Formats: sequence, C-alpha cells, structure tokens
Amino acid sequence: MNILWLQSGGCGGCTMSLLCAEDPDVLTLLEGAGLEFLWHPTLSEASGAPVRHLLEDLRMGHAPLDILCVEGSVLRGPNGTGRFHMLSGTGRSMLDWVRDLAPRAAHVVAVGTCATYGGITSAGENPSDAVGLQYDGAHPGGALAAGFRSRAGLPVINVAGCPTHPDWVTETLLMIAAGEMHAEALDPYARPRFYADHLVHHACPKNEFYEYKASATRLSEMGCMMEHLGCIGTQAVGDCNIRGWNGGSSCTRAGYPCINCTAPEFEEPGHGFSETPKFAGIPLGLPSDMPKAWFMALASLSKAATPPRIAANARADRIVVPPSVKGPK
Amino acid sequence: MMSGARLLVGPFNRVEGDLEVTLDVAEGRVRAARVNSPLFRGFERMLLGKGAMDALTITPRICGICSISQSAAAARTLAAAGGITPAPEGEKAAALLHAVENVADHMTHFNLFFMPDFARADYAGQGWHARAVARFTAMTGTGLHAAIEARARLLHIVGLLGGKWPHTMAIQPGGVTRAPTMRDKLRMQAGLRAFRAYLEAQMFGAPLEDFVALDSITALERWTTGDVALFLEIAATAGLADMGRGAGRYLSFGAYPGPEGHAFAAGLWVNGAPALLDPAAITEDLSHAWMLGRTAHPAAGETVPDAAMRAPGYSWCKAPRLGGLPFETGALARQVVDGHPLARALATEGGVRARVIGRLLEIARTQGIMEQLVAGMIPEACFMADWTAPQEGTGAGLVEAARGALGHWCRIEGGRIVSYQIIAPTTWNFSPRDVQGVPGPLEAALVGAEVRAGEETPLAVQHIVRSFDPCMVCTVH
Repeated sequence: MNILWLQSGGCGGCTMSLLCAEDPDVLTLLEGAGLEFLWHPTLSEASGAPVRHLLEDLRMGHAPLDILCVEGSVLRGPNGTGRFHMLSGTGRSMLDWVRDLAPRAAHVVAVGTCATYGGITSAGENPSDAVGLQYDGAHPGGALAAGFRSRAGLPVINVAGCPTHPDWVTETLLMIAAGEMHAEALDPYARPRFYADHLVHHACPKNEFYEYKASATRLSEMGCMMEHLGCIGTQAVGDCNIRGWNGGSSCTRAGYPCINCTAPEFEEPGHGFSETPKFAGIPLGLPSDMPKAWFMALASLSKAATPPRIAANARADRIVVPPSVKGPK
Repeated sequence: MMSGARLLVGPFNRVEGDLEVTLDVAEGRVRAARVNSPLFRGFERMLLGKGAMDALTITPRICGICSISQSAAAARTLAAAGGITPAPEGEKAAALLHAVENVADHMTHFNLFFMPDFARADYAGQGWHARAVARFTAMTGTGLHAAIEARARLLHIVGLLGGKWPHTMAIQPGGVTRAPTMRDKLRMQAGLRAFRAYLEAQMFGAPLEDFVALDSITALERWTTGDVALFLEIAATAGLADMGRGAGRYLSFGAYPGPEGHAFAAGLWVNGAPALLDPAAITEDLSHAWMLGRTAHPAAGETVPDAAMRAPGYSWCKAPRLGGLPFETGALARQVVDGHPLARALATEGGVRARVIGRLLEIARTQGIMEQLVAGMIPEACFMADWTAPQEGTGAGLVEAARGALGHWCRIEGGRIVSYQIIAPTTWNFSPRDVQGVPGPLEAALVGAEVRAGEETPLAVQHIVRSFDPCMVCTVH
C-alpha cells in the first residue's frame, strides 16, 4: 500500500519520533509490510516540481492513494482562508489540500495530537485558528466534517500523542496493511485501541507511591505526582509505561508528570501543567472509573497506612530506604 | 535560460518544515532569491497570559527536532527571570541532554537530509555515484539505515534522563527532574561507546580524535575514510566549496554552559577576526515580514501577524539583525567562534562544503564532550536546586541549537507571561530582507547559484538551502 505524508501546522516531532522506531528501524519495518511512501517531506528524494505533479495527480484521482497521513494541525486562519499555511510551491493552502486529498484516500491517519484534535498549535488564543482533521478539540468536526469517512468507510484514525510513540504510528499502519483496522479497533475519539485501552498509570514505576498517596511535593522527588504536581496518568490513555519510550522510559519514569497528551484539549488544562488543581485540599481529577467516595475513603486510609520506607522515598530524589530483606528461615 | 525568468521552488523537502524559495534567474544563474517561511502558528501569542512555568511545556513543542534546545532556552529564561541558579550536576545533565539532541540532529541532517541528493540520477556518470547510491539513496541507502539505528540508540540517553524524545519536561530552571544512579551512568557510558564505534567504523572510518586534529583545508582534503571521505570526493567534483558562500559573519551564543564557561564559546566572527557578542544589539526588522509593528529588540518586541499578508512582506519570518547586520549561525559558526583551526580555515570559504564539515567536526568534538559530561557526573550529588517559579522579572535564555543561536526573551508579571519573544537559528539564516533591502544569509548565498537549462528545482539551490540545515518550524514558530 502507498502512503502520502503531509506536514501541516505542527512541529514535525511525530516524524522525528517515528525515526526512533527500533527492532527493526522504521524504513525496514514499513517496507517489510509492503508499505511505501509516495512522498514524505523528511524522507523522500523528490522536491519541488515532481511533488507538485504527484499531488495534482492524486487530487484529480489519476493515481490511487491508499493511506493519507497528516502530521500537524490544519490552520484555518486568517479568516477561514488557510493562508497561515500555504503548501509551498503550490499556491494553495494546506486546508484546501487536505480537504481535496482526504476523500481520495482509502484511509486517513492523523498523526499526533495537533493533527487529531488541534493540539498545542491551538493553545492560548489559537492564533492560527488551528483544528484537527476531524475534531476541533473534543468536538467532532475539524478541517473535515464530523461525518467524513475515507474510502474504506472509516473516520480519520487518530494516532494522538505529543509526540506520538513511534510504534503507535507503525502499528497503526501495519494494522491497515493487514486489513485489521476496523471501526471496533478505535476508541470513542477514534484512537487505536491497542494503545488507547491502557492508561499511562499502568506499569508506572510510581505505583507503590500511588497506592499510599505518598506524594512528591516538588519535581525530582520520587513520590506519586498526582496529588501535587499535575500528573493525570490515572486518566490519560496510552501504554507509555508498558512499552516504554526511547529505550524503555516515559515521562513519569523521568520524574515529571503525565500531561495527558493523547487527549483532546490537553494543551489547555485550565491550570499549570505541573500543578494539581484542588478543592478543599482534594485533587479535582479522579482516576478513571473510580467512584469519588471510594477514592476519598481509600486515599485517607492508605495515607494513614503509609510505611515509613515509602514516605521517606517519596520525598527524596533517590531511594533512601530500601525494602527490608528477610533473613533466612 | 531566458533573461528575467522566475522560479518558484517548493514544496522543499528534506528540511524540517515547509519552505518556499522564489528565484530570479538570468543567464543560468540566480540573480536574486526571496525565502518564504509559509507557516505561521503564533507560539509567542499562545504564551501570553500563561503561567510562567507553562513555557517549559509549550515552547519545546515549537519544534520536534530542536525540542530540547527550546526546552533549555525556556528553562534558562525562567531561571534568569527568577534569579534561580541550577544545581551544578543538574546543569551538567541538561547539557548532556542538549548535546545528544544536537548530535542526533547533525546525524539526521547529513544522512537523511543532505546526502540523498547525490544519489540522484542527475549525478549518474560521476565516479562516486554508485557509492552514493548504495549508501545514501533516500529510504534505502545502507548509510541511511545505519545512521537511523545509531541515532535511535543514542537517543536512549535522552530516554534515560529525559523520559522521551522529543518534548521532554526534564529540564527545569533548577536542574533536571531525575537524578541518575551509578547504574544509569554506566549505561550511558556504554551507549556512548556504541555510538563512538558507529562513528569510527562508518561515518568517519577512523578515530574521531584524528578528525578533530585536522587543522587546515589541505589536511582535510587528505582524509580518506568513511562517509566523510565520500562527501569530500563529491564536494571536490560538484564544486561544493565555492557553492553558496556566505558573508563570513558568524554568530554563536555559546553551547553547553558549565562552571568553567561554555564548552563551545560564545561570540562573533566578523571579517576574519573575533568580536564580542552584545545581545543588546539584536533587533528584529519587520519590513518584509507579514508582521505589524516596528523594529525592536526582542525584549520589547511583539508578534502581530498581518492577516492581509501585504507587500512588501513575503514571509512570516522576521529579520533578525545584530548591530544592523545579518549573521550566519550554526555548527560552522559555532566552531569558527570557538576557534577550532579547521573551522577557522573554512570560515572564509563559507560555502556548502564548509557548513557540512562544520557539522561533521562538531559531531566528532561533541562525542568527546558527552563522554566527559557523563564521566564527570556524580550520582550522589543533588540534580535539582531549591527554587520557586518566578513571579516578577525579565530574563533571556541564549543557547545553541544544532542549527545555531536560539534566544528566548520573556517578561513575567504576577506569575504570568506578559511578553515572550523567540529568535531561532533559522530566523537568522533564512531571514527576509530588512528595511535597507539587505537580504538574509540564505538569500545572499543563493545569488550566483547555477540553474541549468530545464531545471525547475535547481540542484545547486537545493544543496545550498540544505547546507544550512534549516528548521522552518522554529523559524517563525
């Protein structure tokens, strides 16, 4: 199957992340699955005129397009013209290109939270009037209508993440190539369930601290970051701590909070990214599927039961009290 | 070619982000060039009214390839505004994170962005073409695959210290969020040994210290091993030394600060001699940008896009000037300013070859810096100072991204950002004309480039543009 990859109003970081795929490297992996790039802005030889001809052929339906990948938000400004990003050399806005090419594609894949929901490019006053391909934040309907379906009958497949994990992208493409990408494979925000059915909390190394609400109070301390430092890994979808990034790490493994970057509107949490909003001392956000009364009851109980080892380590930047070791029987 | 022809070149790929170049061509040469950065997102406006610390989450996302550079600049800006001194070991760890990104970017540039052009059919018949095809054909070259793998493994160091790449939040005004253990230190040393082995087996084909010891262009041209030798052979026949020569004015903010100063010095190189850098002399000229407002120092600057995109504007990019002059920035500039003898010898040449060699030299030198940083790391030490978020103040954070001088300037009132201005390396290099009509460094370097009959996307233009390793997403941000 062929892939056309376009970069719109984003940072290019999802492609840079994609190049971190390992075992095997991304090029070998895609080639092995019979996937080839018609054009990719970072990887292809062709520049300028041949690319313009290719895009025109695809737009007119003169050449088949299997997978359209778009990285970056689609900019609608100024005043709905899309001229904050004119695709260079073509005299047309990326907004127009995306609207023309998407219906030609068997599958449309939005790569990264900018392309899926608008993401960081739509932060603050959203100066460029950025939206996702099929969502405007959490609301259906973006550069493409809410009812848009690609030739294969699917909505835009939303590989959200800021950046995306390289495997989220490659495995989505592998599933498409294998004919295994169906509506049931996507969650309510059209994210592939193979990673969106997990929470960042799963396999977080701070889980023991979480169990006792033994909390870090400043960045660099080892404790759980939910209570004070803005971590929303208990609500954020993603298998970050299960599969690991760049050799097996993750945000929480490196000691900073999960900011829910796979979610619509993560860019506007309504509070500082490393602060937990509270009411009467209680964090406002609860772990997914956790009844509030039970959470409060368990939290106060477990806090009271915190072993000294865990309390000490939570406030230190390294293990100061190791687990006790049992002597011989 | 007819006199007065105009070429519009784009989409311009194998650069980071989108780029459009308009060329006035006569008698087979570029007579004038105008560079358009066609993407405006408006990060400086997004930051207004945000809590100061949010800059650490938002600004790295300006760029997926210079993400740690943006992060380091933001952390230093906030530290300056809040009078915060980072823990010395934290500063070391931040420098290591930054060095890894810069080296990874140089790898990406050489192998994925720059060299694939020489595998093009246009060069069939050259003695080196078959080797360039085998090694650097886009998507399939053996050199390209090896580089992607080596780069991915090198970035495990960022994984270990920073959680992920790009877009880590590990670098903070007071240090870094994770204190590495002795096991981490040994693992990073093992990773660096593996990276050195790749460089010495494939890219350089010899000990890195031998390349670092080169002190003249003659010595450089005698280099016979690795991908570097293939590049030099190509450079000699394709005329890359004389192609795309710059004005010889170089700017570096200084890279990897430590207790004994920067590992690569800050300063200027003008007319063949060093000069002092005065950041107060920086201005951004808006005369040919689609921006409203006046020329100002970034501490007093603003970003108001002209939605009507009126002439004479032709780019979203502002035109930074230092003492009223355009400056080239990047690895070559950094090495020239730092005083490396080979770089100084290449400073006057200042074309495509010099820029590429500047980057290769920096890979070899930075490997040594990374090894020293890890070797000197003290796992028992504190990696994060006590600090609180700045409430009032102004600050600047000047760092060196892979592509050159990156500056952030902010003003904080009541804990909120009331002004945030950013000048990225490619803002300098790919700036449009200023009010005097003086073109930016790339625009000037393109004048005289060969345009062969029938070429719609001239090869020489591509080589020159890519020799700067532009990052277009940073340029306008």
